[in-house]
Amino acid sequence: MINFEQVTKRYQDGYEALNELSFHVTQGEMAFLTGHSGAGKSTLLKLIMLMERSTRGKVTVSGRDLSDIKRRKVPYYRRNIGLVFQDHQLLFDRSVFDNVALPLIISGAQPREIGRRVRAALDKVGLLSKEKLLPLALSGGEQQRVGIARAVVNKPALLLADEPTGNLDPELSAEIMRLFEQFNQVGVTVMIASHDLSLIARMRHRILTLQQGRLISDATA
Amino acid sequence: MWLSKERREQQKAHPHNQPERRKSEKGASHGAVARHSRVKSYFEHHTQVAKESLRRLLAAPLSSLMTWLVIAIALTLPVGLFVFLQNAQQLSQEWDDAAQISVYLEQQLNEKQARKMALHVEGWDAVQQVRYISPEEALEDFKRSSGFGDALQYLKENPLPAVLVVSPRTDSANLQTTQKLLEELQALPDVEQAQLDLQWVDRLFRIMALGQRMALMLGLLLGVAVLLVIGNTVRLAIESRRAEIVVVKLVGATDAFVRRPFLYMGVWYGLGGGLLAWLMVNLVIFWLSGSVAELVAAYDGDFGLSGLGFLATLSLWLSSALLGLLGAWLAVGRHLSKIEPK
Repeated sequence: MINFEQVTKRYQDGYEALNELSFHVTQGEMAFLTGHSGAGKSTLLKLIMLMERSTRGKVTVSGRDLSDIKRRKVPYYRRNIGLVFQDHQLLFDRSVFDNVALPLIISGAQPREIGRRVRAALDKVGLLSKEKLLPLALSGGEQQRVGIARAVVNKPALLLADEPTGNLDPELSAEIMRLFEQFNQVGVTVMIASHDLSLIARMRHRILTLQQGRLISDATA
Repeated sequence: MWLSKERREQQKAHPHNQPERRKSEKGASHGAVARHSRVKSYFEHHTQVAKESLRRLLAAPLSSLMTWLVIAIALTLPVGLFVFLQNAQQLSQEWDDAAQISVYLEQQLNEKQARKMALHVEGWDAVQQVRYISPEEALEDFKRSSGFGDALQYLKENPLPAVLVVSPRTDSANLQTTQKLLEELQALPDVEQAQLDLQWVDRLFRIMALGQRMALMLGLLLGVAVLLVIGNTVRLAIESRRAEIVVVKLVGATDAFVRRPFLYMGVWYGLGGGLLAWLMVNLVIFWLSGSVAELVAAYDGDFGLSGLGFLATLSLWLSSALLGLLGAWLAVGRHLSKIEPK
């Protein structure tokens, strides 16, 4: 599903975020990405999202070499990936429903589809009753679940999350992680960047550990 | 900005990443229906975005009104000048009718023959009136107006010919019939030269041509100003929604999708400014029409100020909307590409 082959990313200021990084995540797998801040977790996710391009090496997602995807085609590529942010990045001037519907509207789904799929996604994260509320009326954990609903509403084959539990207490964090596990159980490949080591150690999934842009450990807890 | 409350009921189809749709498009008839609804929903999407953009402008009525006013004032100046010139042209066309033809007769013609000829010409259909000016009168006139009086005393004989001043009939006259009359007079025997006395009309036309150029120049300059005002306003709107733009780009929005609401915003700014400018021009005309009527009455004239015609109004609105679109396009082109997820 995700394949990195000796990928190096050097930023314009000379900072080397990733150094000859190679790994492979198979379809249907769930993997954690961990390491200190600055280890290269975010850069790795940005390369997959095509927010950045690798300096050297080859990144392949679903069999597609990302260097072949031209700038104009990037939006269509991104529609295949669900992305969950640390600060959930909801749009606060519109309802929960409209936030979750955003990817569907962008990809031009049928209106009946939109209603059905948004409600299905909200149901999965347990927020079906709150579709008409504004995000500010929700708790932090609920806001993050709206962010997850938005990430999965397009039924992506790949779900990425960047510190999804960064601002949540341990109990809520565990809840969010269980949610990711549920999506993984129905076949979605999930990759989560997190430095909450104690939490992800309990989850018993593959853990990729980065340090200074290199992979220093790849093990299943 | 990209969504609205009604959105969830809206129809819109798109070909990307819809596995379930692909399945339903297997049959040819299904495909046709899908294409039809796709086109239909594309327009519905545009309508939706247009409405939403307008709603956003109206949600901040004061700041929107300020922008509209700035645009309106910038448009009112050239449009007002245009209306003024149009009226001046109309007025000068009426004066055109009063053009006179000077017919210079051959020197050897005596007064009796000349008066007979005047009578003959006066009988023509196209002629209103003929005035005979004898060589002596012409000389007196010349002495008085030229200041060469003393010098002229030394002339042995009067060098000036007799002149018939022919006024064309005003009700039917226009430049063409007057020109025809001129040719007919020229063709008469014993006529040295017939001259259409249009110098002052010619001058007026030149002044108006200058005015038209000025209106055009002013229009161009202020058009650029409108472009910049709208561009800057749209740029600020883009800046204020930077976070939003990043999010929609990350969930797969194309440049066109991100651009669309801002382009409609520009159109609304332009169109609103155009409507206000139209209102202002009409107010100014209304305000001036009283004094113009008094002025015309003092000259025994028959003339009323005319406003913007239907076509002129339409083109004002259309061009202001286009200016808005163009201004927004410039801002969007410059600033939207700089906002990328980081």
